[in-house]
Amino acid sequence: MLRVEGITAGYGPVTILRDLSFAAQAGQVTCIMGRNGAGKSTLLKAIMGQVPVQTGQITLNGAPVHRLPAHKVPGEGIAYVPQGRRLFGPLTVAENIEVGLLTRRKGPQTREFVLDLFPRLRERLDQVASTLSGGEQQMLAIARALCLEPSVLLLDEPSEGLQPSMIALIRDTVLRLRDTGLATVLVEQRVDTVLRMADQVAFMAHGRVEAQVVRADLSADSTLFQQFVGV
Amino acid sequence: MTDGAKIWTLHLLVLAAVFVAQFLLPPYHATNLARIMVLAVFAMGYNIAFGYTGLLSLGHALFFAAGMYGMGLPVWHLGWLSLPALIAGLVAGGALAGVVGLLALRTAGVSFMIVTLMFAQAGYLTLLYLNTWTGGDEGFVVLSEARVLFGFDLATDTARFITAFTLFAAGLLACLLLVRSPFGRVMVAMRENEERSRMLGYDPFRIKLLALAVSGLYAGLAGAAYGMLFGYVGASFATIQYSILPMLYVLLGGAGTVLGPFLGALLMFYLIDITSNYTDAYLFVVGAALVGLVLFAPKGILGTLRERVWRWLP
Repeated sequence: MLRVEGITAGYGPVTILRDLSFAAQAGQVTCIMGRNGAGKSTLLKAIMGQVPVQTGQITLNGAPVHRLPAHKVPGEGIAYVPQGRRLFGPLTVAENIEVGLLTRRKGPQTREFVLDLFPRLRERLDQVASTLSGGEQQMLAIARALCLEPSVLLLDEPSEGLQPSMIALIRDTVLRLRDTGLATVLVEQRVDTVLRMADQVAFMAHGRVEAQVVRADLSADSTLFQQFVGV
Repeated sequence: MTDGAKIWTLHLLVLAAVFVAQFLLPPYHATNLARIMVLAVFAMGYNIAFGYTGLLSLGHALFFAAGMYGMGLPVWHLGWLSLPALIAGLVAGGALAGVVGLLALRTAGVSFMIVTLMFAQAGYLTLLYLNTWTGGDEGFVVLSEARVLFGFDLATDTARFITAFTLFAAGLLACLLLVRSPFGRVMVAMRENEERSRMLGYDPFRIKLLALAVSGLYAGLAGAAYGMLFGYVGASFATIQYSILPMLYVLLGGAGTVLGPFLGALLMFYLIDITSNYTDAYLFVVGAALVGLVLFAPKGILGTLRERVWRWLP
């Protein structure tokens, strides 16, 4: 599915990711954990072509995506929900979804699919996005990304700043999406969320994935959270 | 009433009011209104680039002048008639905006502003340099024989008003359709967050280039119509003043609102017209008005109205 192989990437002369390798599989949630500055968000940006990859390669189903211009990466089937949501504030919920649908000429079926996932958005179609609550904004950000009908969904700390009920709702949605065969890469700081959702966890430190373990091994080796997250 | 019905009703009522105004206003003000409508078309184009797509240009005088000279030169040198000359002006504005965009859109923000300003200044100096062809600083008069459209003499007040109104109505309705279309949403998305738009698969360069070219079409049409309706083509229309004026109209009326450019042009035109009767320092008054605007209604008149009352206003 999505394979990141030995990439080095960074901002100008500053290297953030060093010889990083990592993989995500269809129908699985792969969580990425690490302390602040470990390079988690930069990894997602490198996958999306926002941060140039200097060495190594990123492939999706065997096809390289790391040399594509950033705006072509979503067309390959990778959708990204960045930290902080970044909606188009003055546009309504319906218009934000429309902008998501247009780029790949997706039609009413996709629109209905995302609105069925988030019924609360259906109730607020004419509401301006900037006036939504934090949780609703996060739903809209995920819904808009899903309008691309991706095979890989990258989520950067979707639970940040949300109340527990919203976190639970988004967690349930991600798990439903996993069951449809979507590969989800989730950057997350909350251990409880990771333990409930992850099929695999990649632990990052100093720009590298130092360990990638499956869910069953997490409980067997509780020192990983202490070592890489400090809890 | 649905939001869509409200939007169309409001815009059609404004058009009806402007049309009826020609029968109610004295000739001086009717002529002013014709001039304002043409300038409003120019400002609508600026609004598409700045208000909806977020491209702060200081080079729109170049596109306005391209339309004006694109119309005027074929009339002067080749004896073209009004309709093909107007079309030539329209195409000249759009094409030049596309060419400038290809280069200038490699920059953003303040750099884009400076690059567009440089292009406009280069255009202005070229007009002066090629004075044999362009009439230089003095410009030239558009011959009255060429100012006939579909049998109507555009030098008469009525024909001038009707022509200006037709262009204004077409420009306004086209703008309304554009901003309510899927491409209109994408322009706003680009303005709000270019990086996020890119992550949804949009190529910002292409979107902005297209928006700038459409903006140039409006400016070109306005320039061609201005020269044709008022019978004069001159290099003064390529100066920076004509890059700043549409910006002021848009800021005053409300950036990112369809009716804002017209309202801004109307108010700014009369603000200058009235204050210049009393003082040579009328720009000081204009400046004070703009400071007040920034302090009390930074989103312009209709932008503020939309924020507080009419949320449906496009």
